[in-house]
Amino acid sequence: MFQGIVNRILMVIPVIFGVTILSFLLLQVMPGDPAEMAMGTRASPEEIEVIRVQWGLDQPLWQQYALFVRDCLTGSFGTSLFHKLPVSQLILERLPYTLGLTLYSTVIALIIALPFAIVAALSRGRAIDVAIRQVFVLMLALPPFWLSFVFIIFFALNLGLFPTGGVGNGFLENIHRLFLPALVVGLSTAALIQQSLRGTLIETMGADFIDTARAKGLTATQVFRRHILRNSLISTISVIGVRISWVIGGTVVVEKIFSVPGLGSLLIDAILTRDFPVIRGLTVFFALLVVMVNLVTDIAYAMADPRVRLR
Amino acid sequence: MKSFTSRYMRSYAGVAGLFMLLVVAAVVVLTPLLSPWDPFAIDFGATTLPPSRLHWFGTDNFGRDIFSRVAAGAVIDLRLALVCVFVPMTMGIAVGLVAGFYGGWVDTLLMRITDVVWAFPFYVLVLAIVGVLGPSEGNLYIAFFLVNWVGYARIVRGEVLLISRLEYIEAARLLRFGGPWIMARHILPNAVSPALVYAMSDAVLTVQAVAALSFFGLGVQPPAPEWGLLIVDSIDYMRQAPWMTLFPGLALAFSGVAFALVGEGLAQTLRPEGR
Repeated sequence: MFQGIVNRILMVIPVIFGVTILSFLLLQVMPGDPAEMAMGTRASPEEIEVIRVQWGLDQPLWQQYALFVRDCLTGSFGTSLFHKLPVSQLILERLPYTLGLTLYSTVIALIIALPFAIVAALSRGRAIDVAIRQVFVLMLALPPFWLSFVFIIFFALNLGLFPTGGVGNGFLENIHRLFLPALVVGLSTAALIQQSLRGTLIETMGADFIDTARAKGLTATQVFRRHILRNSLISTISVIGVRISWVIGGTVVVEKIFSVPGLGSLLIDAILTRDFPVIRGLTVFFALLVVMVNLVTDIAYAMADPRVRLR
Repeated sequence: MKSFTSRYMRSYAGVAGLFMLLVVAAVVVLTPLLSPWDPFAIDFGATTLPPSRLHWFGTDNFGRDIFSRVAAGAVIDLRLALVCVFVPMTMGIAVGLVAGFYGGWVDTLLMRITDVVWAFPFYVLVLAIVGVLGPSEGNLYIAFFLVNWVGYARIVRGEVLLISRLEYIEAARLLRFGGPWIMARHILPNAVSPALVYAMSDAVLTVQAVAALSFFGLGVQPPAPEWGLLIVDSIDYMRQAPWMTLFPGLALAFSGVAFALVGEGLAQTLRPEGR
């Protein structure tokens, strides 16, 4: 067990190394001089020179990389050109919104997917199972950024139930304000959850320990709730953890549309203002976040379910 | 091949998806021939008209016929989506095949690269690449080519590992067939079907991503009647003319659903045990 965890942690190191290399290369493959591109045509040569020195562009490639790794290790991830602040500070300000939205949308997805997964698993192979599966697949085909506008037109403008965007203060207000963006992200996550939960439910229902639970006299409802559902939910939550990159990626597009000041909005704004340190710092940060969540999920899952062996 | 076609035709989802793709193709081909409206013709006497028999999808704030614009946009969006699925698919299949077949350090190296690209959320990496290269249609292609192959590589490698253990591959090796021959002749045809199924769900996401990036000004540039751009133009008119937002999105959803259904059909055909 312990050996497995250590191995799993060691496996992350080459990936993190690769992630920093790839993010570093992002700015190297750029056509033209990054400093010039960032400052635009109106900057004087002196101003551009200042940025060149500040970014270490006057130094050899390996030193530039070392500088970048130092920025990542010290936790600043570089300095924003536009905000004149460490990228890490921008990330910290916005991270709660992105994490909150991710969590909120996952809860909504679970609420939507759970009943349908149960019904599908109980009627496996029958028409209703196939129909549910196909409805969820079709839901994935609705483009989230467009769905956002449909919801804004319908729920916000016509019915006035929700604001068209933005965030407020306090938990309850944000639950209300962030409902539409969370629903948009949640609808696509729901498809993922429904399929995986249905699969594990069917698998768990055929397991030996379920027979044991029945044999000791538990009612069907008790068996289902205590043994089948609980075990299946654990593995489904781990599936969400493994696919976290997908869920977080979904928030990127939606945040901007609903004016949620999260990491996705920050990324798109940075691209539009050509704020390269922010683009690079955020890209690294997103990848590290995904790698870490995957790692924690794997380890937690292995601890929760002793049958799982870490690779 | 014949049995593939007839098996596919037995899948309702697959047939429906194919039919929908044919509808899209027919609209793309026939609209410029039959429609009286030029997708770029401005008419200030007919702005923001609701859908009618004359203008099926209504008109936009410049009086342009939205149906013609959506049909013209289909060429752009579907071309982008197809290329951005097909090229990375080929790359990914090649990587997965080589990694799985040769194993050893080749496998380790290729899979470490795959793990690294896989660690980035799809949208984040595509946005970052387009962000540093500059927004344009060409750079959109580059971004998708660089990012989208990983899924295929992972799937195909897994299949190759399974197939390589089968007896007929062992037999081919004993008969001293060359590695490339075995890969192309015996492994590829069997390893590729899950990749094809995945390609369809990839097409769904790609057609959405192309429109989303153009929507944020990071993909296809105006004045092209790209679907994402049509939606951007509609935002200021969401209240007076919701059809401007609705129809380009429905076109997106329609093609997405078509790809998804074809994927269902392929999955049912290629995995007859129906899991």
